[in-house]
Amino acid sequence: MSWTDHGLEDAPTKVAPMTSAPAPALSFHGVSMVYPDGTHALQETSFTVSPGEFVTVVGPSGCGKSTLLKVASGLHRPTTGWVEVDPRSLGYVFQDATLLQWRNVQRNVELLAELEGMPKPERAAKASAAIDLVGLSGFEKKYPKQLSGGMKMRASLARSLVLDPKVFLFDEPFGAVDEITRERLNDEVISLFNQQGFAGLFITHSISEAVFLSTRVLVMSARPGRLVADFAIPFAYPRQPELRFENEFAKLCGEISHELRGAHA
Amino acid sequence: MTELDPNVQIAEDAALIQGVLPSIDANLEPPTPERKSRTLTISTYLGPFVVFVLFIVFWEYMHRDGMRRFLDKKPSLLPSPVTVIDQAFLDTRVRGQLLEGLGWTSYAAFVGLAITIVVGMLLAVIMAQAVWVERSIYPYLVALQATPVLAIVPIIYSVFGGGMSSRIYVCVMISIFPIVTNTLFGLTSVDASQHDLFTLRRASRLTRLFKLQFPAAMPAIFTGFRISAGLSVIGAIVGEQFFRQGQKPGIGIVMEQFRQKIRYPPMYGGLLIAAALGIAVFFVFSWIAKAVVGHWHEATRRGS
Repeated sequence: MSWTDHGLEDAPTKVAPMTSAPAPALSFHGVSMVYPDGTHALQETSFTVSPGEFVTVVGPSGCGKSTLLKVASGLHRPTTGWVEVDPRSLGYVFQDATLLQWRNVQRNVELLAELEGMPKPERAAKASAAIDLVGLSGFEKKYPKQLSGGMKMRASLARSLVLDPKVFLFDEPFGAVDEITRERLNDEVISLFNQQGFAGLFITHSISEAVFLSTRVLVMSARPGRLVADFAIPFAYPRQPELRFENEFAKLCGEISHELRGAHA
Repeated sequence: MTELDPNVQIAEDAALIQGVLPSIDANLEPPTPERKSRTLTISTYLGPFVVFVLFIVFWEYMHRDGMRRFLDKKPSLLPSPVTVIDQAFLDTRVRGQLLEGLGWTSYAAFVGLAITIVVGMLLAVIMAQAVWVERSIYPYLVALQATPVLAIVPIIYSVFGGGMSSRIYVCVMISIFPIVTNTLFGLTSVDASQHDLFTLRRASRLTRLFKLQFPAAMPAIFTGFRISAGLSVIGAIVGEQFFRQGQKPGIGIVMEQFRQKIRYPPMYGGLLIAAALGIAVFFVFSWIAKAVVGHWHEATRRGS
């Protein structure tokens, strides 16, 4: 089921190929972040994410990857530098599903639209469409405690989809689910990216997840985080699950892993 | 590719190629089944029943032999349970007095509890707005909690008089602390990333309070209700010890009257009724909590 079936034609559906640089969807300009407790999380980080790009940042634990998203979304103000993005076009998927336990799936998915003041019938329709899209149909009336970890993440995805974000921020969203579920969810993020055409900025520990999802993979150094490498991932979309077993894929993973080991030192 | 069942693989591929997301695979992600307690009947009723029987046997033994043997007191100071039932509950006149007492005590306790809930939750909301507000108000709550009723009986008397109003004040004074602390705890311990979610949508303070903090705090608030309700009953009976005017004899006053007449069986009857009131209040509030938040909150389920 796609958005079009629910009368939401204006949702962007084209997958922008990497053509001549359009206006960036999100750009970091010399962003540094020092937290009040003295933690130096980011140092002079600059990069852009263009519409249709899916950029993943990998790096050692605690290198400031999540700080990138906090700064991008405006939750944290950078110490120096600035970020260019339309804050209203942002979707943010947190490390954990952050569903409100007292709301069932339907009402959870409606939440962000509700906070934006979208009228009830409209947001209910959009929520149903988003629930369909992430494959949670039939679970609308379930409460979070009745869902598995993977299903909670799907609900969390659907919640952000309702606002038709142009830029999607993912903060290690699948770190807590098992390997099989994670691959499943990766396949789904790929299809969503393919259909919805948002720009993605994804944070993860997993190199294969990064390569599988992205058009570009950035490697970040240990704290204070700096970008140390930028890999273009050439595989065409839609990507099939078998891609994970191809030689090219393994080779890229190896190169990124090598950079990452250097970054740890 | 490893050699999986080719049909399954093809079906999955087809789904992906069409851009249709695979729907939930029951094998991969089974929803948590709803647990149902099978041992309900035995564990729920047998244990309490056995303890109840032991309690009655112990009571009867203390009446017949224990009072004299261990405490060197007359057995009539602790009448047998049979005598208590006979003289307190089967005697129409005594029963009428005790029930009237129950009525007045319940009245004081419930009015006190209602005031406590309104004032206590308001205080908690105010305190939750900023840490400095919380810090500024908290010491007075602790002081209120630490002050013995006995020490300020004259003050209460001069302000609220010698009757029902003062008893209600004692209920509020004794029961307000748990409501405030539990509500405050609930309002302020909302998950940080859930707050971020609201921050990203630029939610107002009021929206945040009613759509995030209050719902999240409900389990803690109901725990507060339950504790405060019990304390309010205690407050009503304690209040009756000091504020007896106004022809509204609560259960504590009725008991005191029987004690003065050295009629111990009805006095113990009053004690049982007071205890029953406390137990009833506790269970009523547990039940309300379960009805309101039980469908989403994990901890209100009882462990096996």
